[in-house]
Amino acid sequence: MRPAFTDTVFGAQQSFRALMEAIARPGRLQDCDVLPDIPEGLEPAAAAALLTLADAETPVWTDAQGDAREWIAFHTGAPLVDDPARAQFLLATAAMPALATLDRGTDETPQDSATLILQVGALATDSGWLLTGPGIETVHHLHVTGAPADFVAQWSANHAGFPRGVDLFLCAGARLAALPRTTRIEEAG
Amino acid sequence: MNAIPPLNRPDAAYNFAYLDEATKRMIRRAILKALAIPGHQIPFGAREMPLPYGWGTGGIQVTAAILGPRDVLKVIDQGADDTTNAVSIRRFFARVADVQTTTRTADASIIQTRHRIPERALTEGQVMVFQVPMPEPLFKLEPRLAETRRLHALGDYSLAQVKLYEDIAKQGESGSSYAHPVMVGGRYLMSPSPIPGFDNPKLHNSPAIMLFGAGREKKIYAVPPYTTVESLDFDDHPFKPVRAPQRCTACGSTTSYLDEIIADDQGGRMFVCSDTDHCAENQGI
Repeated sequence: MRPAFTDTVFGAQQSFRALMEAIARPGRLQDCDVLPDIPEGLEPAAAAALLTLADAETPVWTDAQGDAREWIAFHTGAPLVDDPARAQFLLATAAMPALATLDRGTDETPQDSATLILQVGALATDSGWLLTGPGIETVHHLHVTGAPADFVAQWSANHAGFPRGVDLFLCAGARLAALPRTTRIEEAG
Repeated sequence: MNAIPPLNRPDAAYNFAYLDEATKRMIRRAILKALAIPGHQIPFGAREMPLPYGWGTGGIQVTAAILGPRDVLKVIDQGADDTTNAVSIRRFFARVADVQTTTRTADASIIQTRHRIPERALTEGQVMVFQVPMPEPLFKLEPRLAETRRLHALGDYSLAQVKLYEDIAKQGESGSSYAHPVMVGGRYLMSPSPIPGFDNPKLHNSPAIMLFGAGREKKIYAVPPYTTVESLDFDDHPFKPVRAPQRCTACGSTTSYLDEIIADDQGGRMFVCSDTDHCAENQGI
């Protein structure tokens, strides 16, 4: 079994601050490089995000298999569920589960919605989608390599349900960016 | 009561920043959802803290959940760095987290506050943590929390608008000089905590992250950076932030928020800046 955070307290704290900055400033890249030695199939930022947020109180869904799955189950202590709709946190290493199938909370308790941590090929901020909404002064750019082809359509439907909706962390290697449900995405014209 | 001597090292009897890791995770999950739903109150399992309710138990828990060894912490109480509440919370974190503290707004990465926002413009690297006694802006109008949850879900804020209308009809202006409710992101009515109306405009499109913690009421909410925060008002009665028309006796400022201080027993009064760091900076101290 590979180790978790070298330092349980500061590893989680450092990752959380990256996650908080990311969700407060959608589309901005944050460094989250506190896990040097993790199982194959997981990437450092995505694994750190899950380790920081999930525990025995939060059902987790993941498509990771083998060592990676065991690593998640052991280090988070979270119950692993088979149905994405029942998960509070989801870690997708390959195909993204359809956003519409995930828990979006209710109008009175929109905070009960799922948080999806998605491993993607690469993230860049010099081109790509135009992001607007809370946390963004004018406009942020985000280019995601490896998002599903119909991602923007799925995201528009997710955004339209505000205050209900899924929140998303996009992770590539040791870097991550967030898309909270409040963010509007336009394809660059 | 005997004063607790300051330690020069972190207190090893406690986890870093006092709270255990499971509690921090629970609070961190609430903070992320709070930032994703600006202005929406999120229930959390507030812990008993080593200070009484009303002294900032909510703010302390939020600060403890985000605080790291590289942070520089400033704590203010009504704008002042040197009042009991501010001093004891600053010393608490110096003791349980060995974190660097400051009174300079410009140097702080986390500013925990009781009822003021510093005069100096905040920046992108900074996080404000507000201590909140009553997070529910509709509390005095609808005492049933189950009902206020439904009103928030429906976005039905007619109660607050009628209250404001009646205030203006009776006395010509809003009846709330502090904790004047705001609309966040055009969707949620939010209590800005009991900050003076003078500070409400500083919440609007701020570059800093604003987190609100209510310990007794067990709620966390947030305003992300660059988010619209509009004080509740009417088109023909726009919201007016109020400031005493005097100059600060100490630094001469005509723009900062002032406290009125009784100077003697002959009815003498003076006005000084509520933000002690801002006042000292103006005086070149």
